[in-house]
Amino acid sequence: MSAPAILARGLRRDFGGVAVLARVDLTVEPGELLVLLGPNGAGKTTLLRVLATLLRPSGGTLQVFGEDASRRSPATRRLIGHVGHESACYPDLSGRENLEFYAGLYDVPNAEDRIAELLRWSGLEAAARRPVRVYSRGMTQRLALARALLHGPELLLLDEPFSGLDPAAAQRLQSLLAELARAGHAIVLSTHDVERVAAVATRIAILHRGSIAWSRQGAADPVVLAASYEAVVMGRA
Amino acid sequence: MWRGVLTVLEKDLRIEWRTKESLASFVVLGVLLVVIFSVAIDPSPQDAPRLAPAVLWAAFVFTGLLGIQRGFVLERENDCLGGLLASPLDPAVLYLGKLAANVVLLAVMQALVLPLVAVLLHAEMARVLPALIVVLLLGNLGFAALATLFAAMTVRARAREVMLPVLLLPLLVPVLIGGVKATEAALRGGFGAAVGALGVLVAFDAIFVVAGVLLFEQVIRD
Repeated sequence: MSAPAILARGLRRDFGGVAVLARVDLTVEPGELLVLLGPNGAGKTTLLRVLATLLRPSGGTLQVFGEDASRRSPATRRLIGHVGHESACYPDLSGRENLEFYAGLYDVPNAEDRIAELLRWSGLEAAARRPVRVYSRGMTQRLALARALLHGPELLLLDEPFSGLDPAAAQRLQSLLAELARAGHAIVLSTHDVERVAAVATRIAILHRGSIAWSRQGAADPVVLAASYEAVVMGRA
Repeated sequence: MWRGVLTVLEKDLRIEWRTKESLASFVVLGVLLVVIFSVAIDPSPQDAPRLAPAVLWAAFVFTGLLGIQRGFVLERENDCLGGLLASPLDPAVLYLGKLAANVVLLAVMQALVLPLVAVLLHAEMARVLPALIVVLLLGNLGFAALATLFAAMTVRARAREVMLPVLLLPLLVPVLIGGVKATEAALRGGFGAAVGALGVLVAFDAIFVVAGVLLFEQVIRD
């Protein structure tokens, strides 16, 4: 695919007249792993939901792999995997049943094998038949990640994916993200865990007051990054 | 398209089978309403064709409102609705899947309430049962078509328990009148007597299902 995974120009999103996204210009190419940093309320979650076509932008344009995202075509949504603050998994179904349900929605080929592979990756094989209601926060987060990866999306949008994960699971996710980016998948993730992502990011951006206030290509030294973050956020506060 | 409908239907029925939350409220409220009506009215067998339709439809509407709302509340937990809307599933297919699940649950409730009404209100139903089943299923479809759309509309609202009946009941009037008239006609004379009223129900079903398919995306998306 030659078109950028994401091409956003002047993206705005208001809630009740309050601009949460003021004007976001963003291009993400296939193979890029963009890490979004920013204080609480900066608009990271809203931006990821707009990119996932879950929220309509109030203004500006958004293309996903060259397709106008405002059309929300099934083909565009099939290219996207999204993990939000909540798991989007049914508490009264088991982990496996949740993955089977989403595999049906995405028409995943060889769904049984794919589900088994993801249950193995997420370390949920033993708990696969238990209802999600009894899962711990970390297990639910791992299941949500497995759900988002199920259909092999070209664009992965992850909102604080490391939250709730134990160190081993976080390490596995970090390795997987680097591997997916190397394989040509585009990834945008928001996090507060600067140290965890600084090494694997191909680009780091700071979202502040609804727009990209700072951006840097390549991995970054966490100390330098923390200093930049402080300068941008505190300097503008 | 039908695969998507079946996937959503199967998921909803599996959750309901496991939790029995809608069915429990159907049974308790449905039985309670029918018993209260029968005790209050204590009709003779001659009065049954006139009174049974009102009792049946009052029980369907009040229990149905509870169950249909529950179908969307479960989508709010863990933002499952977000997962559905982010998927390639056409919102119209999601609507039809939810509608199918609601029709099945309402049909189960009707199957439980119907014999109870026959016994407690002394209504002679065995002779006209096929006509009665057709009337009830058509009424069920019309009710569920509109209620599914409005339950989706109010699912994000804070006072949804109040808003759903307030918005829905006035629009349900044609289906309720059609349903009550058709049930009464069926009880009096079977299919032959109910043909005219059935036509009205079929027309409303068609209008409400088409409206639901066309409008669902607008009401469910942010």
